[in-house]
Amino acid sequence: MSAVATPSLTIDTPEGVVFAYQLATPVSRSLAWAIDAVAVLGIVNVVTRIANIGAFLSADFAEFLSVVLYFVISVGYSIVLEWRWRGQTLGKRVFGLRVIDAQGLRLKLPQIVLRNLLRPIDMLPAFYLVGGIAAVSTRLWQRLGDLAANTVVAQERDSPAPNLDRIAPAKYNSLLAYPRLGARLRSVANPEAVSLALRAVGRRDEFDPSARLKLFSELAAYFRSLVRFPEPAVEGLSDEQFVAAILGAIYQPSQRNAPARS
Amino acid sequence: MIVDWSRFEAAEKAYWQEMETVLSRLESNPEESLSLSEVERLHYLYERCSGDLVRLDSFSAHPGLRSFLESLVSRAYGQIYETRPRLRARWKSAIVAFPRAFRRHMGAFALSVGLTVLGTAFGWFAIHHSPSAKAVLMPFPGLLTPPHERVAMEESSKTDRLSGAKATFSGDLMTHNIQVTIMALAAGITWGAGTSILLFYNGVIVGAVAADYIGDGQGTFLAGWLLPHGSIEIPAILIGGQAGFILAGALIGWRSDLPRAARFRAVASDLLVIISGAGCMLVWAGIVEAFVSQYHRPVLPYGLKIGFGVCELIALSLFLARVGGDETKPPNDEVNMVRP
Repeated sequence: MSAVATPSLTIDTPEGVVFAYQLATPVSRSLAWAIDAVAVLGIVNVVTRIANIGAFLSADFAEFLSVVLYFVISVGYSIVLEWRWRGQTLGKRVFGLRVIDAQGLRLKLPQIVLRNLLRPIDMLPAFYLVGGIAAVSTRLWQRLGDLAANTVVAQERDSPAPNLDRIAPAKYNSLLAYPRLGARLRSVANPEAVSLALRAVGRRDEFDPSARLKLFSELAAYFRSLVRFPEPAVEGLSDEQFVAAILGAIYQPSQRNAPARS
Repeated sequence: MIVDWSRFEAAEKAYWQEMETVLSRLESNPEESLSLSEVERLHYLYERCSGDLVRLDSFSAHPGLRSFLESLVSRAYGQIYETRPRLRARWKSAIVAFPRAFRRHMGAFALSVGLTVLGTAFGWFAIHHSPSAKAVLMPFPGLLTPPHERVAMEESSKTDRLSGAKATFSGDLMTHNIQVTIMALAAGITWGAGTSILLFYNGVIVGAVAADYIGDGQGTFLAGWLLPHGSIEIPAILIGGQAGFILAGALIGWRSDLPRAARFRAVASDLLVIISGAGCMLVWAGIVEAFVSQYHRPVLPYGLKIGFGVCELIALSLFLARVGGDETKPPNDEVNMVRP
């Protein structure tokens, strides 16, 4: 399967730290916009009904309120929400998107206003054609409003605090009885392979059974090639259990549950 | 080599959690500001977490941890390196900010006026030399009636044709004119071409209407009809055009060594102030057009209406030229209407 690589915005801080934001695709932005359009229509509908209650006092004034509130809501919806929710509207929230400053700084009010006031140009001639063309032709997938406001729309990170128990549950781990072998494993293991193993363990229930067996067989073979644990320690362990135990030895070496052996 | 995750986590987790708590608090209330000691603590936590992230660059670890720390550091980076002033409006500052921002970009305003005058001249001569072009240049049913017929009809009218609809008419005018002004700003992103076309076309209509009415001997009616609201509405649209040319100037970067993003950043606050000011002007113009401009002799004498329009124009000119003193320095932070 081929896929278009999603561009990212890399920020290099003065402290020498580099971090990256994955940018939102035009498709997810379009879907978020559709939700926002429905939300605006809903709000306008409710507000117009409320304004019409005043028609018994003055039909003219009620109509004036409807006209003005429709305009204010359609222009102000995104501005107010992106300000209050730090770059998110209802649609962006649903799809986990967020408007951020293109330098990684805090979003300022003039930026939010500017990117939203340029929407009429991006929407020309219909369905955000101009904005869409601008987005796919710029490095950071920016529509014209984003270019002028110096903003990008990023996919939010889902980054809860890491949970070690998920990696290696607090069960008996026979490999922990060999701390020296564990230390050797930590020194020679390829970090990328370990990361791959972590992801594989974390998502093991999502795999097709045959793919799951094959994946853990290859990972186990890799770790066995690095350090050979004594037979009693690995006896009876499936490849998947072996990989999980290896991860436990790597990440929780101090959680000893068996007398140490050399 | 793999970092000793357990020891690393045990040593650092409390700091990560503390920073996440502070960030969540700040993010849930965009207008909250920290005390000096809290800022110092946040800075310390930011540097500590940055250091942790750098350590992870050389050691493998749980990918979730890297993502978590990246998220923390990126959130803190925005907080540390950018201030976000509170949005408590100070009316005095807001009123002063608009004319100051306007005066900082007089070149863009002159261009806006120039293109409109060019369009007006074109409209004038087009109608003067080819009256049949009226239907093309002024595609509005109300303007197609011969001026003397309209004037006779308006002045002899015994009923108020806007009775019971003045507020709605006013709202329609406000929203339409604000949309046009926003478009004049937004079209600046087309290197100013869209803004130029819009201003020129607006000028063509004004020139064509003026030629039509003055040519028919209805100059006084025209002045009494247009001046009360036009003395605010037309400058507001010119100011919208000014905003469009400021944007175009930032895009083109003429006589500037700054990168494009920095140029846009430099004018963003002024654009917000200018477009907000123009919007306020158009709210006023909408009220005047619905409640004053549509009433003619004998209800409202033309002298009174023209005098009112001239007074508005003088007041607006003085406001834009004088209010705010000689301050021309661009704002280095947020819009001046907010208090840090």
